[in-house]
Amino acid sequence: MEALIHNFFNVEIMYKAKYLLWLGFKVTLQLSFVSLIFAILVGLLLAFVRSFRNRFINVLIIIYVDLFRALPTIILFMLVYFAWPYFGISLPRYWSAVVALTINGAAYFEEIFRAGIEAIDEGQREAARALGLSFPQTMFSVVLPQAIVVVLPPATSNSLELIKTTVLASVIALPELMKQAQQAHGFFANPTPLIAAALIFLAFLWPLVRLVGVLERKYKQA
Amino acid sequence: MNFQDLFYYFFNIRVFIDTLPDLLQGLVVTIEIAALSLILGFVLGLILAVIRVAVKRPRNLLIIRLLNIPIALYVDVLRSIPPLVILIVVYYALPYIGMLIPRFWSAVLTFVVILSAFSEEIFRAGIEAIDRGQIEAARSLGLSYIKTMSYVVIPQAFRIALPPMTSRMIAITKDVSLASVIGVADVLKKARAAQAFLANPTPLFSAALLFTILFLPLVRLSMYLEKKLAE
Repeated sequence: MEALIHNFFNVEIMYKAKYLLWLGFKVTLQLSFVSLIFAILVGLLLAFVRSFRNRFINVLIIIYVDLFRALPTIILFMLVYFAWPYFGISLPRYWSAVVALTINGAAYFEEIFRAGIEAIDEGQREAARALGLSFPQTMFSVVLPQAIVVVLPPATSNSLELIKTTVLASVIALPELMKQAQQAHGFFANPTPLIAAALIFLAFLWPLVRLVGVLERKYKQA
Repeated sequence: MNFQDLFYYFFNIRVFIDTLPDLLQGLVVTIEIAALSLILGFVLGLILAVIRVAVKRPRNLLIIRLLNIPIALYVDVLRSIPPLVILIVVYYALPYIGMLIPRFWSAVLTFVVILSAFSEEIFRAGIEAIDRGQIEAARSLGLSYIKTMSYVVIPQAFRIALPPMTSRMIAITKDVSLASVIGVADVLKKARAAQAFLANPTPLFSAALLFTILFLPLVRLSMYLEKKLAE
């Protein structure tokens, strides 16, 4: 028991490492936020383009989506950071991580938004317009309320996955939370910072996990 | 940048052929970890789901119903913490309290517990989707609770659980490549070593290619199952 407290919940080490962990946490937050926005935008754009049903472009989008859903994200991080420089594209660590997370996240978001778009029958829009609703009215009172039911639960769950994936940036030595924790672990020869990092992730993501559960139950069989 | 460079660095046939045997060896390790994690993870998840459903029955004593809490906690914790963090804690932190687990088994343990948490949710949703009337009917026909579960409820729940199971299966197998971080000699570790040794990133592309060949059919299958069950 004493060994457990000394090694896993060492207050002294915790105190010494808190600044490093705080720095790391800020990077993790920022990385999550920026990548999430890019991934959602790119996913939305792809879903939108796909809804025009141009056969050639759609084949390209399907290949993109399938490819990046099949490829482990850690390989994507390594390709962007270690392989692109040979090709003349040398991105700093932070932007390599953003690019990798965006490419990967957008593939999932495209599928989610597409399902949302396809859920609403074309006829509903036409009917709403024919009844004299303006375009914004049609969008906000007819289309979006229905699309959100389909999109919101998987989009939240996918955002959670994306935030969890930001840890992989530690593999390319970006000083985010996990990397800082590992460095503090090496420096103090005590694994308390690792446990602390795990607890920080838990505190930060648990509400999101619960939220996903609530949304999934609320919009079940929509 | 011209095409010659592109082929030299990214799709170098010589490097590809030279490093392929090594990568395939790594692939075997990846598949071993994935297979063990999937089998043990799903079995553990199913057991947890059945326990949780059984424990929550209203006629149980309060003390038994409270058993629900530790399982719910286990599931939530493992779903909140990123897999890489769990892996690093298992491999680097547990030895300090006397639990020295070899790399390979650290990876298997990590993915088994994570998958069990996710599949507990999947199976429980499947079990709870079965109409109560069926359970009551089976019980009144004289089947014991265990028999009702194993002959009536679980086979049907399994069908409902199939699409989320396949997509979770893909997610976990993709996560297996994280094992390279703690030094397991999987595809990615071999590819990184070869890339550093030859100063040529072709092995990384070969690894990506191997993964894609492995997963594309699975991604398609899961989409097909989802569509089929939605009908």
